[in-house]
Order: sequence, then structure tokens, then C-alpha cells
Amino acid sequence: MIRQRRRSVFTALAGALALVLAACGSGGSDTGTQEQFSAEDVQAALDAGGTIKVWAWEPTLKQVVADFQQKYPKVKVELVNAGTGDKQYTALQNAIAAGSGVPDVAQIEYYALPQFALAKSMTDLKSFEADKFEGTFSTGPWTSVHAGEGIFGLPMDSGPMALFYNKEVFDKHGIAVPTTWDEYATAARALHTADPKVYITSDTGDAGFTTSMIWQAGGKPYKVDGTNVKIDFSDEGSQRFTTMWQQLISEKLVSPVNGWSDQWYQGLGDGSIATLVIGAWMPANLQSGVAAGAGKWRVAPMPQWEAGGKATAENGGSGLSIPTAGANKALAYAFTKYATAEEGATTRTKGGAFPATTAELSSQEFLNAEFPYFGGQKANEVLAQSAKDVVGGWSYLPFQVYANSIFNDTVGKAYVSDTKLSDGLKAWQEASAKYGKDQGFAVN
Amino acid sequence: MTAPTGTRTTGTRPARLRTVRPRVAPLRPAGRTSKPRRSVLLTVLTGIVVLYSLVPLLWLVINATKTQPSLLSSFGLWFDGDFALWDNIQRTLTYNDGIFVRWLSNTLFYVVLGAGGATLLSAVGGYGLAKFNFPGKRGVFAVVIGAVAVPGTALAVPTFLMFSQMGLTNTPWAVVIPSLISPFGLYLMWTFAAEAIPDELLEAARLDGAGEFRIFFRVCLPLLAPGLVTVLLFTSVATWNNYFLPLIMLKDPDWYPLTVGLNAWNAQAITAGGDVVFNLVITGSLLTIVPLIAAFLLLQRYWQSGLAAGGVKG
Repeated sequence: MIRQRRRSVFTALAGALALVLAACGSGGSDTGTQEQFSAEDVQAALDAGGTIKVWAWEPTLKQVVADFQQKYPKVKVELVNAGTGDKQYTALQNAIAAGSGVPDVAQIEYYALPQFALAKSMTDLKSFEADKFEGTFSTGPWTSVHAGEGIFGLPMDSGPMALFYNKEVFDKHGIAVPTTWDEYATAARALHTADPKVYITSDTGDAGFTTSMIWQAGGKPYKVDGTNVKIDFSDEGSQRFTTMWQQLISEKLVSPVNGWSDQWYQGLGDGSIATLVIGAWMPANLQSGVAAGAGKWRVAPMPQWEAGGKATAENGGSGLSIPTAGANKALAYAFTKYATAEEGATTRTKGGAFPATTAELSSQEFLNAEFPYFGGQKANEVLAQSAKDVVGGWSYLPFQVYANSIFNDTVGKAYVSDTKLSDGLKAWQEASAKYGKDQGFAVN
Repeated sequence: MTAPTGTRTTGTRPARLRTVRPRVAPLRPAGRTSKPRRSVLLTVLTGIVVLYSLVPLLWLVINATKTQPSLLSSFGLWFDGDFALWDNIQRTLTYNDGIFVRWLSNTLFYVVLGAGGATLLSAVGGYGLAKFNFPGKRGVFAVVIGAVAVPGTALAVPTFLMFSQMGLTNTPWAVVIPSLISPFGLYLMWTFAAEAIPDELLEAARLDGAGEFRIFFRVCLPLLAPGLVTVLLFTSVATWNNYFLPLIMLKDPDWYPLTVGLNAWNAQAITAGGDVVFNLVITGSLLTIVPLIAAFLLLQRYWQSGLAAGGVKG
């Protein structure tokens, strides 16, 4: 216990140090104009061959790398899993700060990308004429790889949100599947009354979930213009979410089980966690982690704030970016393009990933796929529709990785004490703003 | 003023003697020499500690016999469903093209080179500090004592930045070289050498014309054996369990030790589209601790005597 706590403190220190170092480094190394690469340059790099290192944890990339190497035998791709999410970002920041061991391509989640983009740690892909991919990707992820004027990655997957629910549990208690958040709260009460062991969902404070919910509710708590940042959780969208979710917390209607833990997987299997409002990448995890739920789960559109509405939000999802410190950028871009916009996208979709390209999202093969896990439902129809209905205009902070890491110290309190969710968000806002100022941003 | 104190002291002394003597004086009958008196409180406390350390181990053994689905649907501290231990072990060893075996051999490599090297360095250094006088010895002592107090984790990030400038990160040396340094081992060997090697022996050897290296390797090293085993166990356990240093130094899974590798498997459960393999993580953890338990059981005697020697002098 103590060991673990100490370890996490040091991990946090390491991360903080790396961030500071990265911020320091970025000040001086701004070279202004970027090298330009034409399509011929990229093709020349493929013909010449070479080795590139890719840092990614996405499992379907393994097949993509194999196919890519087969197509271009002179190219060798070293696929390295350098950690998932923030662990990889810490490693990446460390490598960038140290100036060695930086990969040629890195998987970065959309929420973390602004941080790397603003520090100029990632290449602006406009130097590869990546703007011609306008329309290739669905709007949500395509917006997410933009920061300011630049394009700092190509979208690899996306997570338009939907309601995953355990149909067996709803049928057993004769409760209708909610289509609005009011109905969701009513269903939460009905389920928990019918069987005290059953909760509508589990939540112990998850920054990604909370921000996505505010996103869907039309809130825009983060406004970013270069280094000018505004954080404000008092807007209408944020309030809408906190008011509704506060009821569920106060009435103890959400299960106090940490997401992604073994109990969580257990709850999804035995029916004690009845729904998940989560990104479209979830089916692969349900299939591999919750074998006990096979045939019981279904997918429905995300509950709405207004009956008949169609608003959704993105939850998770990531793209491939090219670090500025990488050695072979032309080859790195060739792989990035292959994996995200070309054959790789199809391969990955076949492997169970949720695509970000409009071509895959509208292909009949994709839409008509029947999932035995979801009782034969054509789940992709619901998920692809959700991708089209993502609310526009959302942005993350240029220091969102740090902000998310302190979410549980502030908002997390609302789940375990009398602190109100809205007060928790206020504390989060203040702590985030303070950090932003320390990093040299003009906040609020 | 003097009188009362005088009486009090004379009064207490015999009393103290009296209370001490009965415990020592009535010698226990021969044959049952070392039967310690039982204390209920101590027994209960020890029992709690034993439970505290054994229950997780028991949990690990029990759950290594379960399949991934029954792992999630059954009570943690009892067996359930099919007995899948052999199947789990087989899958652990072959999952991801048998990367577990690679991690195991990496760990062994780090332990042999890192812990072995650390032990040798500690022995040489400790012997030198114990048996030779040179200016600055007190300074060295202060530095070593200070270094014992600094946890290796705190130095990991600075070490990383230094190593990456030297181009050593993401190579096995980034794990081996820091493992070579064991201030505690050096201190232990120092106190042990001071006690175990009589100065007269060294003088006799020198008179006989033996060189310093010969004296160290042929005369002193055998005398240091119990201390060596203790330090070897200490450093082996530290290197075997080392997590944070390899975590930040290594990015290539081919060089991971078991600790970092198993954590990577565990992290698959929090990855979108990841393969959830809790059962393999558990079985892998069990396989990881088996060599440590074996080493402890085999070398327990040395471990105890070495610890005691260090304790008396320390």
C-alpha cells in the first residue's frame, strides 16, 4: 500500500518534471518555418526504405505494420508499446526533454494532443499537405487533430458515445431503455429499487467521462486561443450535467466501483452494472473482457437532454502524430497515412477498432455487421450515426493531461463526501488554472 | 538532600537485582534450554502479521487456477470452476509469442549482472573501508550512510536524464548499471568485514609474502561468505522487484523485466480494444515470485546469520 503510494507520487513527480522540462525546451527551439514535404518526397522515402519506430498501444496496429512491411519490403517498422495513455505521454515527454529515444510516430489521444501541439513537440502535418484529407475523416476526430492553424496528427480511431446496456437486466425488471437523461435517472431509481445490487452504471470520478458529458450537454468550459486559455465550468451545459448527475450521486444510484478494474469487469458480466455511456470502441473490450455478458448487451443512442434530440460527444479516441524530433519524417508520414487514411483503416476496422474515416463509417459491410455479442444487433448503425451527431466547437486544454491527473483530487471528492459536483468542478477549474499560469499560459 | 537520594539508590539496587535474578537464576532443566515464555498478545500480533503476509499469497495461488471468466464470477479466496492452472501456465508462457519467457530471462540477466556485480563491489569496497586507513574515510562513511537514506526511486528521473544524454536509455545497461550501486550492501559488508576478518590474519598473510589481491580473494572472501550471501539476497530481491527504474528507462518490450512486462499486460484491460488477460497476469505473478521464494528457502540460514552480524555491529 505504502509502496504503491510512494510509487505513484514519484510517477507524478516524474510527469511534472517532464512537463516543466518540455515547456522549457519548447521556448527556445521554436524554429519558425517548417520543412515542406511533397507527395514525391514521401514516395521517395518509401522507395529508399529504412526503419521507423512507432509508439502505440492500439492492438490492431500489429496487423497494419505487418501488411505495411509486406507492401514496402525495404521499410521496417518497430512497433513498441511504451505504455497506455498518460504513461506513454510521460515517457514521450521524457524522451523529448532528453532529446534522445524519441519515436518517429506516436499514438496520442485527442485530449492530450493540444499539449504536444502547443509545445511544438509534434510536426504540423500541413507541411505534408495533410489538409487535403478534409472530408476523409468524420468531423469529430478531424477537428480533434487540429490545434490553432495546424494539423498535428491523423485520426486513427474515434469514440462517438452511445448507451451500452444490459438488456437482460432491463427486461427482467420491466424497465424501458432510457432515451433522455430524465428517463435515465428514473430508470436508475427503478433498477436500484427493484434490486439493490443493481446500479444503472458505475462512476467514481472520471475526467474523460465528465468532460464528454459536458460536451454533449453543449457546455464549452475550455476556450483556447494560442496561449490564452479560459476555463469556466459555470456555463449552462456544465450546469445541466452537474445537476442531473448530482442526483444520481446523492441518491447513491451509481456503483462505487472504479472503471476498468476487475470488479468493474465483473459488474458488467453479472448485471450489477446495467449500462455504460461510453465511446464506440467499447465493443472490443466487452467481447474480450466480459465473456459472461455475451448475448445480453445491446447498444442504443446516447440519452438526450431534450426528447427527440440527437446530440452526442466524443469519448476517447486517438490519432497518430509525428514528433518534431523524429529522424525520418517522410517515412513516418507514409506510415501514418497508410495506417489511418489508407488500407490500414480497413484492416483496423476488420480487427474490431472503431474507424474515424467516413469511407469506413459508411461502408455497407461495416454498417451491416451483426454482432453475436449484442444478440445479432447491427451495432455499428447506432455508433456510426453517433459519429455524425457529435456537437461541434469543443476543445481541450493545452495541459489537459495534467488537468485530468488532478481530477480525482478535486471533483473526485464529490463521489466520496458531501462536496457538491459543481463545487468539485470549481476546485478543478481553480487548480487547473493555477497550473496553467505556472506553465506560462494566460488563464481567464 | 543527600540522605534521601542515598537511601533511594541503595534501596533500588538490590530490588533490581532481585527482580532480575529469578528469571536467570532458576536454570531450566537441561534439554529444554530454549523454550521461550508465551505471550498471548505477541502471539496474536504475530498471527495477524502472518495472516497479512500469507493471505495475498493464498489469493494468488487460488486465483492462478481460474479461467478469465470464472475469475470475475467467483469468490476470491476459494477455488471455482475448472482447475485451469496448467492451462494458465501454458498460456502465460506462450502468449504474445512467448514474451513472458523473454522477460524472465531479462530479469535473470539483470539479477545476475546487477545483483552479482553489486555484491562484488560491496565486498571489495566494504573490505577496503574496514581494513585500510586512508584520508577521507570519514567522508566516505558519511556519504554511504547518507546514500542508504535516499530511495533509489528518487534518483530514477535524474538518472534517466543523465543516461539519455549518454545514449544509454532503452538498453539493458540502463537497468544494470544503477543496480550495481548498493550503499546498504556496502555498509553491511563494511561492518561484516570489520568483525569477521581479524587484523592479525592479514598481518600474518602479508608476512608470508601474499599480495593484497591474493589476500582478499584467498583469505578474506571465504570469511566473508555469510555476509556475501546476505548482500546477494538483498540486491537480488531489489533487482528482481525493480519496477520504476526499468519502467522509465526501457521502452522496448523486448528488454522489459517481469515487473514492467506484467504491468503492461495488466494495462491491456484499460486499453480500448485491448485483450483482457487478468488470469495471465495473476499466473505470471505467481511464476514471478516462485524463484524468489525458492532463493529464500535455500539461503535462509545465511540470510539470518548475515542479518544478525550486521545488526550487532550496526
